[in-house]
Amino acid sequence: MSDNIKVKVENLDFYYGTFHALKNINLPIYEKKVTAIIGPSGCGKSTLLRCFNRMHDLYPGTRYEGAIYLYPDKTNIVAKGVEPLYIRMRVGMVFQKPNPFPKSIFENVAYGLRINGIKDKKVIEEKVEKALKDAALWDEVKERLKENAYSLSGGQQQRLCIARAIAVEPEVLLFDEPTSALDPISTARIEDLIVELKNKITIVIVTHNMQQAARISDYTAFMYLGELIEFGPTEKIFTNPEKKLTEDYISGRFG
Amino acid sequence: MNYKTWERLFNCLGIFLVVFVLIFLFSITLKLFIDGFHRIFDFKFYTSYPSRFPNEAGILSSWVGTLYVMAGAIFWSIFLGVPAGIYLEEFGAKGKIAKIIEANITNLSAVPSIVYGLLALGIFVYRFNFGESILTAGLTLGLLMLPVIVVATRESLRRIPRAIREGAYALGATNYELVFHHLLPYSVGGILTGVIIAISRAIGETAPLLTIGALTFIAFLPPPPWEDFIGMLKSPFTVLPIQIFNWVSRPQEAFHKNAAAGGFILLVLCLLLNSASYYLRYKVRTKYHW
Repeated sequence: MSDNIKVKVENLDFYYGTFHALKNINLPIYEKKVTAIIGPSGCGKSTLLRCFNRMHDLYPGTRYEGAIYLYPDKTNIVAKGVEPLYIRMRVGMVFQKPNPFPKSIFENVAYGLRINGIKDKKVIEEKVEKALKDAALWDEVKERLKENAYSLSGGQQQRLCIARAIAVEPEVLLFDEPTSALDPISTARIEDLIVELKNKITIVIVTHNMQQAARISDYTAFMYLGELIEFGPTEKIFTNPEKKLTEDYISGRFG
Repeated sequence: MNYKTWERLFNCLGIFLVVFVLIFLFSITLKLFIDGFHRIFDFKFYTSYPSRFPNEAGILSSWVGTLYVMAGAIFWSIFLGVPAGIYLEEFGAKGKIAKIIEANITNLSAVPSIVYGLLALGIFVYRFNFGESILTAGLTLGLLMLPVIVVATRESLRRIPRAIREGAYALGATNYELVFHHLLPYSVGGILTGVIIAISRAIGETAPLLTIGALTFIAFLPPPPWEDFIGMLKSPFTVLPIQIFNWVSRPQEAFHKNAAAGGFILLVLCLLLNSASYYLRYKVRTKYHW
């Protein structure tokens, strides 16, 4: 395979207090590809995703063991000495439910730029416009940038959150079931957007919708009870999985 | 009986209780208004100092004093209470000690106001030598308002959804940035509600101010703050509730009329301060909502 590795998970264990949530995960994430993580509820797929930007650090009693290397500089994301802030600036995230800030549409997208230290008004305006265009939202909001973000529909809010995340030009973008709160049309637009975005950004998406994983991802990882059962090109996972468990899940025998 | 009858019965009871409470409040206000009618519409009442002649006595020094003292109290309680609330909710460790502190702060709002007066007398008047001044009074009432504001700050911070916090963190925001760019602006509405409640409690307080030595007869105004800020802070003072108490305790009937008028003005003043906070809160609420 000629794809470059962008992130490499090596022997990762994760604990919530004494609960061993992730068990010895080994997984490559390829650059400018979409990697889907699937599995039944409670299998640890969101937990794994939230390791990539150290989101677990916000809550007490969580512990990482092992390594997640972020290339090209091979920074170990979960190392103790690594500042989560810098990781989060390189690894963006879009959440399950749209969570725009209760500020104007413009401010939502500009916020990441501002805390990154960009002060020049013109630069911010340009970057906001570019991010909104990349998130396929610009035409719908260009006349109402000053309005509160909550005046948008759910699907628009989610695209706004994507714009907010890509405005700071992260290297990796994490999606945590980004369409589970949306209607089918909004879902389709977000999926198109993700496929579009992979030309620029490495994408990891957690989804419990297997069709979605099949539609948009290049690689798929199947997890079960905190373990990575199988990883491979999406086509192979969905047509010819190696493990019995994967096949059972894909064919809907459990989950 | 089916559930509809129950519902109707419950509604009737609810309406009855609401009306009962409203009538009570309304009749007190009306009584004050009728008794004090002549003085309320007497312009001199607001521009005269106290006097031993009831018809010449006014509330100038006390309404001005109330405004100064309340301004101080609002300033101190917000200045100390909001950061304390933010620290306890967002930065402080969540251990056993935090729980004890939390319980204590909640209890503080139930401490009788005279106790605050004694505390202030010991610390501000004797220890710090602030004297029987507007500064001391502002600090004392500020302390009284403090627990309400700390609790209100914490409650409104807690109401901000976790998703919004995570959204900010995911962009690389620090704790400090999260608090000052997001949590604080979004919770101003809730904090102001606390301020409203606290103002209503503090504006009618008499006991702690008497304890720290508020005077009942003041025939001068504190120097205006833009001319002599320190002088204003150090100036002796009186407030409306004390003036009213003083008038009520006199034997002459005419003074009781003054007291009624003063009581009415105190209510109006309280209403004005409250509506200012309501207005501010409305402004923020329409700006930040989710």
